[in-house]
Amino acid sequence: MKKTILLVLSTLVALPVFAKTEEMILDNGMKIIVREDHRAPVVVSQVWYRIGSTYEHDGISGVSHALEHMMFKGTKSLKPGEFSEIIAANGGRENAFTSRDYTAYFQRIASDRLELCLKLEADRMRNVIFLPEEFKKEIAVVQEERRWRVDNKPKSELLEQFYATAFLTSPLRIPTIGWMQDLKNMTMEDADDWYRKWYAPNNATLVVVGDVKSADVFALANKYFAPLKSSVIEPPKPRPEIVQKGERRISMYGNTSSPYVLMGYKTPVLLSEGADPKEIYALDVLSGILDGGESARISKKMLRGDEIAVEAGTSYDPFDRLTGLFIFAAVPNKDVQPAQLELAFKNEIKELQQHAVSDEELERVKAQVIAGKVFGRDSTFNLGMQIGMLDSVGLDWRLLDNYVDEIRSISAEDIKRVAQKYFHENQLTVATLWPEKEAAKKLSDSENTAMTGKTK
Amino acid sequence: MSRVIKSVFSAIGVLALLTQSVYALDIENWKTSNGVKVLFVESHDLPIIDVRLAFKAGSSRDNGQFGVSRLVNALLVEGTGDFSAIDIAEKFESTGSELGHSSLRDMAWVSLRSLSEKKLWEQNIDLFARVAALPSFPQDAIDRDRQSMLISLSSREKDIGEIVSDAFFKEIYPGHAYAIGQHGTVKGLTSITKQHLIDFHAQYYVARNATLAIVGDLTLSQAKDYAEQLTRHLKEGDEAEPVKSIELPAEGKVVNIPFKTSQTHIQMGIPVISRKDPDYFPLYVGNHILGGSGFSSRLMQEIRENRGLSYSVYSYFIPMEKSGPFQMGLQTKNHQAIEAGELLQTMLEDFIAGGATAEELEHAKKNITGSFPLKIDSNKKIVEYLSLIGFYHLPKNYLDRFNERVMEVTLDDIQDAFSRRIHADKIIRIVVGEAS
Repeated sequence: MKKTILLVLSTLVALPVFAKTEEMILDNGMKIIVREDHRAPVVVSQVWYRIGSTYEHDGISGVSHALEHMMFKGTKSLKPGEFSEIIAANGGRENAFTSRDYTAYFQRIASDRLELCLKLEADRMRNVIFLPEEFKKEIAVVQEERRWRVDNKPKSELLEQFYATAFLTSPLRIPTIGWMQDLKNMTMEDADDWYRKWYAPNNATLVVVGDVKSADVFALANKYFAPLKSSVIEPPKPRPEIVQKGERRISMYGNTSSPYVLMGYKTPVLLSEGADPKEIYALDVLSGILDGGESARISKKMLRGDEIAVEAGTSYDPFDRLTGLFIFAAVPNKDVQPAQLELAFKNEIKELQQHAVSDEELERVKAQVIAGKVFGRDSTFNLGMQIGMLDSVGLDWRLLDNYVDEIRSISAEDIKRVAQKYFHENQLTVATLWPEKEAAKKLSDSENTAMTGKTK
Repeated sequence: MSRVIKSVFSAIGVLALLTQSVYALDIENWKTSNGVKVLFVESHDLPIIDVRLAFKAGSSRDNGQFGVSRLVNALLVEGTGDFSAIDIAEKFESTGSELGHSSLRDMAWVSLRSLSEKKLWEQNIDLFARVAALPSFPQDAIDRDRQSMLISLSSREKDIGEIVSDAFFKEIYPGHAYAIGQHGTVKGLTSITKQHLIDFHAQYYVARNATLAIVGDLTLSQAKDYAEQLTRHLKEGDEAEPVKSIELPAEGKVVNIPFKTSQTHIQMGIPVISRKDPDYFPLYVGNHILGGSGFSSRLMQEIRENRGLSYSVYSYFIPMEKSGPFQMGLQTKNHQAIEAGELLQTMLEDFIAGGATAEELEHAKKNITGSFPLKIDSNKKIVEYLSLIGFYHLPKNYLDRFNERVMEVTLDDIQDAFSRRIHADKIIRIVVGEAS
């Protein structure tokens, strides 16, 4: 029965109803990717720059993100804020986001207004003007953003310190929002230099998804972006993570009622040197076996069965730019010690290392991946995101088309093998958030209860 | 092709330019044999079916047993008949389908997203119908979900964003069911028995109290069949009694809540707006100008762009069954908080007294009408709108007429509506942090 379901699904994703994606590269090196989607008379336009916090270094953390804010503060021909005013007056919605590996600017707008967006984006790719009074206000806004996103959220603060512990030399240790002291010391020149260094057509990709014709978009892109000069882009020196030779562990005390545990194992991604794609996709499926829904193992055992956690899950992204972490995270149930969660996760790992996953589990994950791919087409913004993220880290967006096949080829044996290979104690980093009031008694407690299991 | 571009020949000549072509939905509606209101949009572009079954079963019906509505909603997926929670999840997830559920103050719902491939989709139908109508409320699941809600309540007490929001609702709705949200209270949650859950479900998860929205890859006649099947286990029952009307607070006040932080949160406002409010459009358009339109709003311009005081600053209405809130808010470092709170109040008072400018109104209209298609550019958004239209008894042509109603709003309408409805002297301001 289940087998036939998969066959049915496989024919579905090949349906011709889905328009194809087309690509063009301008003479100045800028890439244009268009996906037609004629369901609604709207378009999403995204300009992606291959720059983010993993390109930064100590002392200027957060500069990519601060620069993103400054990109709305005027150009040679536009006043501060005018970009946004024009988009708003044309019925558009716009914003931008910065990540570890990319910075992107987007508009969602009626499809007949695409030209306007491209004209404005081409302008700010090369012509931003940095004004001291604007920088002074905006860096204060960025500091407020940090207080709001991180400083008032102990879980976010823990995640920041967790990465800085797991990675000693890799730039993954740098938080995208930036350390507060770096934000306080940041100058307008830092942002301006960063802009000159990284914002150029040959370091950018335009992704357009919506009710447009590819040929029209290519023509418009040619008109507005082709005249821009390319730059010499010098990639930062490689700063690979040094080999981890033993477990690392930190504690943090915060204003929280429940503890929170993060465990991360160093794991390769598709782009890691010498990575075997089969292993990477196996890790992806493994994450689904543990955390792909309410019928997955973590929900079944930790949330429902043993009731030791009130929140628990895993995260792994095969498409990151740098070797990263396979993360396990959980909030304990009342009277459960964080150490018990760690033990429970390790038991799940042991299970995966010793026994093959069942056919039902494997088929469930595959069915979810296949359906998820179809569901993902409902949002043009999401489609653009998928294409832009892959392209920005240096992967081919055509991977999206092969993704289902790659996942389908993963066997139970593959999963067992990667579980054995990558989930090693000496590659582990553990971070625990404790309620402040437990600061005094926590250490002896956690050591004593580490091996006692459930106390319910 | 069900989503069509309609030409609308607007009577208002000068404005017609802006609304020449309206992207509209063909909504079909009917009732099932047991009385469920159904709204349907056919769309074959993607092989997906979305379903959303909503009930007037939010926390405004908790009736003193704070948390019962959310607990009932959470327990729908924890068992029906011989099916355990895991069985239910396995059944849906093995076809890649996504079962969802949640509840707010007015509404509680169950939703399903499935591939439209008949063999997959049809496997889901009866189980979905049972999940909504025939929950088994296993005792271990009751205890577990209750415990999880209690833990979430204690984390809310440490989360500044939740503290400010919970305090805001408590202060603007004293003595009213809206004061306490779907998260309930410790007292409420610990006193709930299995019988309370059964009774709540029996009263509110019934056909006449339900709205079913369906969008996707199926025909009208299929939708009619499926609507019957998806709701067949629901008892007829009655529509819920209306939520009690709300009185405005006698006078405004500032409530200071001390909290150890580097950044103070402020939220302020009063109860104002219902879903079918006659002033809905003037208030909506006016607020777009004041604080509802992102970077171009007055609040954003002054508080973020000109003064760098806050990353996020906003004002908006939450239309509800009865007098949903008008609210404004921001977050800023402690020593600026008093200044920022006063500034919000002053900017509101200026807007009530002076209204908008003709230029602001023109910009707002261009932005709202121009961005209208973005409201309904995916099946997921459409199914949510259908649900809203059915749930709040909005006219079927609500979306078709949306832009027209926006274009009709004048400067006088805005000032009139704001001065009648937003009483600046009754604004309640919550300040959480170390401002004072």
